Amino acid sequence: MDTVVDMAKAIKIQAKDVNVFYGEKQALNNVSIDIEDRSVTAFIGPSGCGKSTFLRCFNRMNDVIPSCRVEGSIMMGDVDVNNPQTDPVLLRARIGMVFQKPNPFPKTIFENVAYGPRIHGLAQSKAELDDMVEDSLKKAGLWGEVADRLADQATGLSGGQQQRLCIARAIAVGPDVLLMDEPCSALDPIATSVIEELISELQQRFTILIVTHSMQQAARVSQKTAYFHLGTLVEYGDTKDVFTLPKNEQTEAYISGKIG
Amino acid sequence: MDTQKHISSAFDQDLTTLNDALQKLGDLACQQLEGAMEGLAMQNQANLDEVIKGDAALDALEAEINEKAIEVIAIRSPRAKDLRYVLVALKVATILERMGDYARNIANRTKVIMTAGNENIPGVNIGRMGQVTQEMVRDAMTSYQNRDAEMALAVWRRDIEVDHMHTAFHKEVLASMSRNPNMVGTGAHLLFIAKNIERIGDYATGIAEQVHFLVEGAMPDEDRPKADKTSKVVGT
Repeated sequence: MDTVVDMAKAIKIQAKDVNVFYGEKQALNNVSIDIEDRSVTAFIGPSGCGKSTFLRCFNRMNDVIPSCRVEGSIMMGDVDVNNPQTDPVLLRARIGMVFQKPNPFPKTIFENVAYGPRIHGLAQSKAELDDMVEDSLKKAGLWGEVADRLADQATGLSGGQQQRLCIARAIAVGPDVLLMDEPCSALDPIATSVIEELISELQQRFTILIVTHSMQQAARVSQKTAYFHLGTLVEYGDTKDVFTLPKNEQTEAYISGKIG
Repeated sequence: MDTQKHISSAFDQDLTTLNDALQKLGDLACQQLEGAMEGLAMQNQANLDEVIKGDAALDALEAEINEKAIEVIAIRSPRAKDLRYVLVALKVATILERMGDYARNIANRTKVIMTAGNENIPGVNIGRMGQVTQEMVRDAMTSYQNRDAEMALAVWRRDIEVDHMHTAFHKEVLASMSRNPNMVGTGAHLLFIAKNIERIGDYATGIAEQVHFLVEGAMPDEDRPKADKTSKVVGT
């Protein structure tokens, strides 16, 4: 009997009917999406379309905005993200985040990466912590540049290095998912290329969601692309299809530079 | 052209420039083909010389289109329909330039036929074959201008007419050459001319395929009808 191989990737996160309100204003309307495991999914759309708001739903970052209310369901396996019983601190260890501007702690390079494993009690010994820091820096492609100066202040690194340090800090606590909110917008083209290459490598181990204003970047790094407009998910599909033969006219207009 | 404009007006201007240049190249290719067919029918030296001389303009315009298309890709990073538009312009420009080469070939061979001075040249149907081919090229370019995939498909399906005429003409010329050895030189040139016309028909379908790709994002999904049997004809 022939064996049928299912080439479809497993679903890592399922978002269903997600609505987000800032006070009376609705920022997201009934967004439902399945995020594939160990792939890069890009959220694109004009400013104010809701893509960053949606990204922040995945690790409850909207909790810190007092007027913000989130409805709907986001499931990562058996973890119900929006359930009040779900501890956001533990959730954020599983779903790490990298922001627009690199934001290293005003500490040493080593301490920046060691911070997470230490507060989550992940290392049993100094040697284990050292290994975790080294491993995270290697995965973030920074080890070769900082191995001999781990005790230096992180703020002394270049912008691109600081951003990779933030990625190392996020992956040090062993997350499944990485959220990236315009991670290259403050970086020069060379540092951007390094981060993009890193994203492709990290994809082997993590599920990555990235918000980007650069359509070129979305096309380069992602396998799936979601286009948002005015708080609505307009189109979601394989990146190669979205950028060559989009199904929706609004998507076509946006990626062709006809609406902004 | 699409009605919705880009935020960058320079991008729209670039695409308009590309479109205008391609239309001009299409017009030139049609003129060349018409001139070659008239020259053949009328055995008109001046007509033929004009076609031979005119080919350089097509070469230059094709080079201009290539340069512009590369510039648009490098500077504007076109996507989706815009990208197809630029790629199609590149391909169609190449096709039209090749059509121009065939028209020049027809003109050159006709001049040789004229020097042989044979009476009763066989194959009156070659004129009809040329006429259908010209219509196909014009319709293909109209379908491009109007972004009309249905019209493009009609051109694409029409090539079989040219194939049938080509096969019939081929047999007719071979028969004439068998009957009259003095006709062998002229006949050989006529066979090449007919083949050139048949290839122009093929190229018209090539443009039609590109128009379909431009509009629908995919090539036509049926097999194109073909009926050129000249490769199986051994003479009488």
